[in-house]
Amino acid sequence: MFVSRHTLAVAVSALTALTFAASAQAEYPEEDITYVIPFDPGGESDVTARFQEPILEEELGVNVNVTHRPGGGGAVAWSEFQNSAEADGYEIIGVNLPHIIGQPIERSDAGYETDDWKIVTFFHSTPNALIVSKDSPYETLEDLVEDAKENPEAITLGGSGTYSANHLDMLRFEKEADIDLTYIPFSGTGPLKGALEGNHVSGLFNYTMLGTEMDNVRVLAVASEERVKALPDAPTFKEQGYDIVGGAYRGVAVPADTSDEVVERLREAFATANEQIAEKQEPLGFVMEDIHGEELDELIATLREAYEPILEEAKEDD
Amino acid sequence: MDMLLQALATLLTFESLITVLLGVTAGLFIGALPGLTASMALAVLLPFTFSMEALQGLIALGAVYMGSIYGGAFTAILINTPGTPSSIATTFDGYPMARQGRAYEALAAATMASVVGGLVGVAFLLVLAPPLARWAVAFGPAEMFWVAMLGLTLVASLSSGSLLKGLLGGCIGMLLSTIGVSPVGGETRFTFGFPPLQGGIELVVALIGLFVIPELLNMAAEGRGALPGVGELRRRDTSIRQVARQVFGKPVNLIRSCLIGQIIAIIPGAGGNVTSLVAYNEARRFSKDPKSFGKGNVEGVVASESSNNVMVAGSMVPLLTLGIPGAPPDAIILGVLLLHGLRPGLDLFTQSGVLTNGFILSMGLAALMLLPVGLLGGRLIHRVVIRTPYYFLLPGIAMVTILGTFALRNSYLDVGIMLMLGTAGYFLRLIGIQAAPIVLGLILGGIAEQGYVQTLMAAVADPVPWLRLLNNTLSKVLALLVLVGAATALVPIWLERSGRLDKVSQEDTP
Repeated sequence: MFVSRHTLAVAVSALTALTFAASAQAEYPEEDITYVIPFDPGGESDVTARFQEPILEEELGVNVNVTHRPGGGGAVAWSEFQNSAEADGYEIIGVNLPHIIGQPIERSDAGYETDDWKIVTFFHSTPNALIVSKDSPYETLEDLVEDAKENPEAITLGGSGTYSANHLDMLRFEKEADIDLTYIPFSGTGPLKGALEGNHVSGLFNYTMLGTEMDNVRVLAVASEERVKALPDAPTFKEQGYDIVGGAYRGVAVPADTSDEVVERLREAFATANEQIAEKQEPLGFVMEDIHGEELDELIATLREAYEPILEEAKEDD
Repeated sequence: MDMLLQALATLLTFESLITVLLGVTAGLFIGALPGLTASMALAVLLPFTFSMEALQGLIALGAVYMGSIYGGAFTAILINTPGTPSSIATTFDGYPMARQGRAYEALAAATMASVVGGLVGVAFLLVLAPPLARWAVAFGPAEMFWVAMLGLTLVASLSSGSLLKGLLGGCIGMLLSTIGVSPVGGETRFTFGFPPLQGGIELVVALIGLFVIPELLNMAAEGRGALPGVGELRRRDTSIRQVARQVFGKPVNLIRSCLIGQIIAIIPGAGGNVTSLVAYNEARRFSKDPKSFGKGNVEGVVASESSNNVMVAGSMVPLLTLGIPGAPPDAIILGVLLLHGLRPGLDLFTQSGVLTNGFILSMGLAALMLLPVGLLGGRLIHRVVIRTPYYFLLPGIAMVTILGTFALRNSYLDVGIMLMLGTAGYFLRLIGIQAAPIVLGLILGGIAEQGYVQTLMAAVADPVPWLRLLNNTLSKVLALLVLVGAATALVPIWLERSGRLDKVSQEDTP
């Protein structure tokens, strides 16, 4: 086959142009990326990040350093990030819903704004779940609602944190079902298990994970659109006539002025990480997601609409 | 039994032995550095364990955990600085011993006590885990409130000299514990509109500030090193055998401390810091010569170090059976278990019994390894601290503490808080308010507040809400213990005041 010099030259220059274009696009991660986790080491956010770390490094071709900046339920790191992080994609931070919606409404000194960054993606969620112990008198959600109508405030439900995903959705459930329950905040999920096992509370309003981790429990309802893979026998609130879908969403954000290419590059890397982690996290009760773009704005808008009146009301009560 | 032998066989491989040895050594050094806690050591190790098999990963974590809790004793004894919060009580007698030239004796005693404590914890975990687990869940909010109150009665016995100054210190600590987001209710308090203060005052930061900085200022003011010079040290060459006789010669103290360690370890929410403080206090209360405590009584070191190492395996009783972390570092081990598909529960002891027993036995092995590693490492670190002239030692320690404080939460504010508390602590010490009651108030203030508020919230529908604090036997017993504790602390003082005023000794604290 005969190839003229000219054709060869064209081919070569075309190839070079392509390589150049490619390298221009692949420019972004050329330094190490710092991935800030605003919570203590060992928590869910941290463990997930440590899983993502090697996959992200492989995908992006640079080191990804997970660091911790705990305090104030995440607020310390978030306010610091919004004030000082560079919009170059080399500083990324874990963000959680509903924390980043709730804290700025509820605290005057949270130090950050819900919308003052660009959220890359929410990579997983942990739906809320209403859990009672196996020997609880409540066989179904209806049993609990009926008892609550007769004995207002007498049923105590433990959850993780105040005005957290657990607390807010329990308040929503109270409104939907027109009942009065008593919410008791604990710090983290560890003490919650003990509180249920030791009968210090009537039930728990916590995440699906607890339902998969504990032996002697019954999950009365899950706050997700569809049943959760790890708990196929647990009905959703929706199935039982209460329109409550919510929980904690974990994701990652960059400063507001970060370019779209960088955000997209990061999103792809996190999506790949998710695919590989799913096999480990799904059996634990996590729901893998890739919420970004418009869907993300909608989610935040919906949750804000649902939670804002509750939070404002609570603020006035104080 | 078969399972135990099988587990032992998996453990006696070259790979496992090396993992334990390296884990213990690494843990020891991390624990010895103020600011680097056991939880942090485990978190750093976490990514490495992902590539290992489940058992090897757990062995590594267990060994580092064991080593770091023990390592805290080194700095506690040598420079009056608890390397981890679990070693607070070790400073009370360990450092005076070191100042008397008995540092190696204190280190050796701490090592032996830690080994015994570690082994006792493993034995409890191996034999009694399922029945003990039921105990763990008996402690609800009301009970935790009383446990914290019981701990606060310690203030009286820690404040040798003036009860009033001790109480003042305790109050300062409790006030400091209220800064930041409240444990129940979620509102921010005392942040003065300054967002970074939402994070509150971290215990380790206060610990470093209140213990290290005043000591450094003291050393600088007096122009001396941490320990007396080499000449005096010749005398201290007590043999290991003599120390062993001291430690094991009074088995009651050792047994009591181990039991206290185990009981507190299974209570979720109370970690090694509470364990060692309570064990120390009881050792003092039951001693024939309580006045010698705080002045270099080896029993104090033994009580603190044996009880906090019981906690390592002991706190895994509720973890392995119920999935409830008995102490903060356990949360990380729980994460590893879950990621390997191991759900806490009785299955862990039957279906995957070989793995579980292997893990438990490896912690026993780690405890045994503390002996050679600790005695050798101890000699080394001891020599370094003694030989280094103070004008190198002081800036060196200051540097390490500042780095450690920063590394804790990557926070400059924490460094500032640490230095401020340290300076305040120096002057408070000059007027007789010690660091120990302040730290005690800081630790227990939060626990007491949370327990109290949770209890009263749950009782919102009751006619007399506060009766909930006493609504079962356990809470009544604990409340009674608080009364007895307060009485045993106050009555002798009152007697001295009223009748035997002349006998009030001028107790002087450095």
